[in-house]
Amino acid sequence: MKHYLDFEKPIADLDVQISELMATPDFDKNEGLQASRKRLSDRVDKQLKEIYKKLTPWQKCQVARHPDRPHYKDYVNALFTECTLLAGDRNFSDDQAVLGYLARFDDRPVIVIGQEKGHDTKSRLVHNFGMARPEGYRKAIRLMEMADKFKMPIITVVDTPGAYPGLGAEERGQSEAIARTIEKSFEIGVPVISIIIGEGGSGGAVALATADRNLMLENAIYSVISPEGCASILWKNAEMMGSAANALKLTANDMKKFGVVDKVVSEPIGGAHRDPQQMYKSLRTALRSTLKEIGQKRPDTLRRDRIEKFKNMGNLEEKKPSKRRVKIL
Amino acid sequence: MNWISNYVRPKLKSMLDRKDVPDNLWTTCGSCGVMINHRTMIRSMNVCPDCDHHMTISPRQRFDTLFDDRIYKLLEIESPKEDPLSFRDTKKYTDRLRSSQKVTEEKDAMLVAEGNIGKLKTIVAAQDFEFMAGSMGMYVGNAILAACERCLKIKAPLVLFATAGGARMQEGILSLMQMPRSTVGIKQLADAGLPYIVVLTNPTTGGVTASYAMLGDIHIAEPKALIGFAGPRVIEQTIKEKLPEGFQRSEYLLEKGMLDMVVHRKNMRETIMVLTRLLMKKPPAIRGEITFEKNSDQKQSSQTD
Ligand SMILES: [Zn+2]
Repeated sequence: MKHYLDFEKPIADLDVQISELMATPDFDKNEGLQASRKRLSDRVDKQLKEIYKKLTPWQKCQVARHPDRPHYKDYVNALFTECTLLAGDRNFSDDQAVLGYLARFDDRPVIVIGQEKGHDTKSRLVHNFGMARPEGYRKAIRLMEMADKFKMPIITVVDTPGAYPGLGAEERGQSEAIARTIEKSFEIGVPVISIIIGEGGSGGAVALATADRNLMLENAIYSVISPEGCASILWKNAEMMGSAANALKLTANDMKKFGVVDKVVSEPIGGAHRDPQQMYKSLRTALRSTLKEIGQKRPDTLRRDRIEKFKNMGNLEEKKPSKRRVKIL
Repeated sequence: MNWISNYVRPKLKSMLDRKDVPDNLWTTCGSCGVMINHRTMIRSMNVCPDCDHHMTISPRQRFDTLFDDRIYKLLEIESPKEDPLSFRDTKKYTDRLRSSQKVTEEKDAMLVAEGNIGKLKTIVAAQDFEFMAGSMGMYVGNAILAACERCLKIKAPLVLFATAGGARMQEGILSLMQMPRSTVGIKQLADAGLPYIVVLTNPTTGGVTASYAMLGDIHIAEPKALIGFAGPRVIEQTIKEKLPEGFQRSEYLLEKGMLDMVVHRKNMRETIMVLTRLLMKKPPAIRGEITFEKNSDQKQSSQTD
């Protein structure tokens, strides 16, 4: 069953008409029906383009959390081959909110680490809605070390409302686990590419986004707090999430402006969920060119540049031309 | 040397010496409700004499309790671009900044000082809970990086007193970026083999605990401080249960293995002195030569009582 967000509702009727047309027994032979279908599809595209062109930040949050949107595992299956799931933190348990794979991208073996939200009630419960516990982050650390050992690039995929705020998670050191993941990200000498595919929720997200290159899908969001959380704290009213989403500047374009994200990957008309195949194709291209750019860099160079990148993060002033000392002979 | 913004003479900053502070200034203990005279408050380092409740203490007061003869210099912190998001909720962020600056008379939520603790040159950074709940934004990130750089330059240990509700929402994603950014500074200390001691004070939660506050070589906490990633209310809403007594408090974290020790504020100076000297491979501090107990307090009490 397809899900429609409030502002996608005008499309729902057209989608129904299209599927009814296509269900007609002689649709394949009837050129008239096919022409009608084409007209309807064009109308859908046109309307979606209109709608998506002027999405508000809050609407983008809804798209980022769209239940039909491709999730981490969909991207893993579409972008990589020989995907082999690696489980466990070797200490306490296997956190299903963070999944790690040894896989191949084009010809190159890579480690893929990401957050899986699940696509229906059952899988959402299994994956805890993409909210990791400390074991998830400790599994990530283990796999980062392994990637470093075998000189494999790391690709992280971020999609989480945030780290899990639970009793056990606190007891077992949620904050320490996140802090150590960030720290580990600065130690490894292999390329790290991070992709925010949906929700980049706070500390739980940044733990997997301390990367050499940060990519972000057009309708994804990245924020220090959810708009609802921000609204309830600052506006004392969770219903003000629209205003909070505006104020927080959490869209992919904002991230590009702040220098937090290096590349925004365009989504198909109407968002990734309208045409996942097209989405995979664009992301594959973006990933390929990013890996080409940094994939051969030396460990020391990678570490040094990564440290510089995050040290200078938020320096919004115009970059002053570096003072070159001219040696006078 | 322009990193020295001011030079604080002994006791000059102390409230005791300020003639304009009235005698009848009282504070109510947030835990037992007893009324405490401000002079007693200063002498007890903002710890309730009746119930030992550790109350909020400003960075400058904190420095007074730590450095030899209360002598220290403040490091100059570079101010970042103000209000990068032009953030406005029910109030403008710039207005919130102004009012916090007025109340605390500080620029932002962290101060960094350099001085001797037991004759050992030490850098101390302290977060200011009175300044927008100590929240971590670009300025706090700058302060941590400045503290680390100074440590590297003079080969000194870093002691950081953390307290914050978390990241500063009004700086949006840039506040979140202070998590990796501060980690870079701490990482550089580690690479240089310099000690980093974290003291977690009430409360320390959110992005602050999930970055520099949990990366210490040694983790100390003041008694009964609330320390955690998620706030207790959020957890209760999530698990729909009441949390056990003492959950996320220092003693609980000690039991769960997240801390090395819980230290009373009156013993903090001595503890830090011993730890930094050991970690820096210096001979032990000599009693008599270095003030161990709060001698200065005793002097003051004779003056004020
Ligand atoms: Zn009390």
